[in-house]
Amino acid sequence: MTFHPKMPYDTGLHQSARQLPEAGEPFAFTPENLARLEDIARRYPPERRRSALLPALYLVQRQQGYVSARAMAHVAEVVGVTPAEVEDVVSYYTMFYAQRVGTYVLQVCRTLSCALNGAERITDVLSRKLGIKPGETDPTGTFTLMEVECLGACDRAPVVVVNDQWHECLKPEDAERLVDDLRTKGLDALSGCHLCVEKR
Amino acid sequence: MFEPVLTSFVREPNSFTLDVSLTHGAYEGLRKAVTLQPGQVIDLVKASGLRGRGGAGFPTGMKWGFVPKDSPKPKYVCCNADESEPGTFKDHVLMERNPHLVIEGVAIACYAIGAKVGYIYIRGEFHHVSQVLEAAIAEARARGFLGRNIFGSGFDCDIHVHRGAGAYEAGEESALLESLEGKRAQPRLRPPFPAVVGLYGCPTVINNVETLANVPLILTKGSEWFTSLGPEKNSGPKLFCVSGHVNTPGVYEATMHTTLRQLIYDYAGGMRGGRALKAVIPGGSSTPVLLPDAIDAPASFDGVVKAGSMLGSAAMIVMDDTTCMVWAAENLIHFYRHESCGKCTPCREGADWMLKILHKIERGEGEMRDLDLLESVARNINGKTLCPFGEAEVAPVLSTLAHFRHEYEAHIREGRCPLPAPWRCGGGH
Repeated sequence: MTFHPKMPYDTGLHQSARQLPEAGEPFAFTPENLARLEDIARRYPPERRRSALLPALYLVQRQQGYVSARAMAHVAEVVGVTPAEVEDVVSYYTMFYAQRVGTYVLQVCRTLSCALNGAERITDVLSRKLGIKPGETDPTGTFTLMEVECLGACDRAPVVVVNDQWHECLKPEDAERLVDDLRTKGLDALSGCHLCVEKR
Repeated sequence: MFEPVLTSFVREPNSFTLDVSLTHGAYEGLRKAVTLQPGQVIDLVKASGLRGRGGAGFPTGMKWGFVPKDSPKPKYVCCNADESEPGTFKDHVLMERNPHLVIEGVAIACYAIGAKVGYIYIRGEFHHVSQVLEAAIAEARARGFLGRNIFGSGFDCDIHVHRGAGAYEAGEESALLESLEGKRAQPRLRPPFPAVVGLYGCPTVINNVETLANVPLILTKGSEWFTSLGPEKNSGPKLFCVSGHVNTPGVYEATMHTTLRQLIYDYAGGMRGGRALKAVIPGGSSTPVLLPDAIDAPASFDGVVKAGSMLGSAAMIVMDDTTCMVWAAENLIHFYRHESCGKCTPCREGADWMLKILHKIERGEGEMRDLDLLESVARNINGKTLCPFGEAEVAPVLSTLAHFRHEYEAHIREGRCPLPAPWRCGGGH
């Protein structure tokens, strides 16, 4: 079927860009996470429980590393919305992963202030070192490489976030070493935010 | 000589704790506020001339005054801590190093408009900052600065941190409300404005972090002190972010008498390697670029408008003569295409088209007619969207086309990027 004689409908142009989430393992919140969620839900009016949806998804990600379709169904039940509404939200926000990710999610800021300081080269170095393109996970499941948009630390450019933690002023020539250090020292390899002076 | 007041003690160890903050007068503004009538607090903020620090520069007292006093519904204050405008990192410093000033500002705003609950909507990437805020709120609650019957006045107030999850659009006030309600961060049609129909359909005030941080100072030091700082209608202390090709990028507190030149050459230590300044984005990526001949303008709301741009979030991105402006525009349009929430067609589709055209030109495959097409796409986004995102995403394109058309033409003529700086990736991206 074609709608327009000049439109090549056989090339996939008519297909939805929707990426189906992974079904994943059976999922239910641990009792601790469920209690945390109920604590959080009390911050909002009782009839506005849906406000706890984003916090609930963070708890899922903390529990199993990503947000599977089964987890979405569970969250829908706990929060009191439909699974479609949960997927709608998960697919919108970049910090929720609907596919499995590596142990370390390397997020390189690519926006102007970081790019002016060499962020493109950092992504290039990391990509070669890990043998993966941005958006991919290495075969061992250790590293996922991502390019992200402005992280709000432009004075410490280029900035890389690994999972929830920051690494500032990374030079392209030091990017390979960061990967090695993550392998040996874990997240302690990161510089952290320069404003947390008490932690140094 | 101006002495910093917002960031006066942020470099002290443990500046984020209640104990250290109290030695610097924390919660004195709130203590004074609850002895006044709510209307008097609003009048004081109106008299100070405080304008919103998030980007639009709207008078804060007037915004508070729009909240209907006779509404039977609960009212809310939302502190916009989404700070996602490229080049902006000022609220980050305030929340991490002086969180009690922000919390106090939210509490005073709650008192002024008659709200009992305030939410601080913080961007998801600021994970460590949200932990600092949560701890500070718990400390304030434990010592009676939040909670029930604050200072024995009968005023109850609680504040919660709500973490976003990676969406620039959540910084737009109506999209922020949608996100806080557990939905996609997409803007709402206005009117009605949030002051009347906001969070959960109730009257809501949404203010930027830095805006609210100024409020306790207005209470303790007075509105006359506030107006004495800075030019007329551009009063008060201001945080400026300087990043890019400068020697000492960072957050600097000054009055709005300060010129863009002083911020680049005095505060931020001048151009790195002594290179020549080529262009500066004065207020975050959504504001038009300025040429070096415009930097003697004061970095005030009105001064930067006169110079041909906007103060926005006071985030200066400084570029030296190694920067290709077509590449810079492409970089920013990549940002906007990624962040467009997808609700309005001109913005969603237009960003994609602008990126395709810019990428084609930057790769050296452009044609002269692409320049007209690019401009035409941009002009068809401008003013045709529900929120200011549309105007924001065309600023880098239209302003670089206006000031650097010769660079676009050189790409097309030479069939390559004439300025492939060494800090970029060879062969484009």
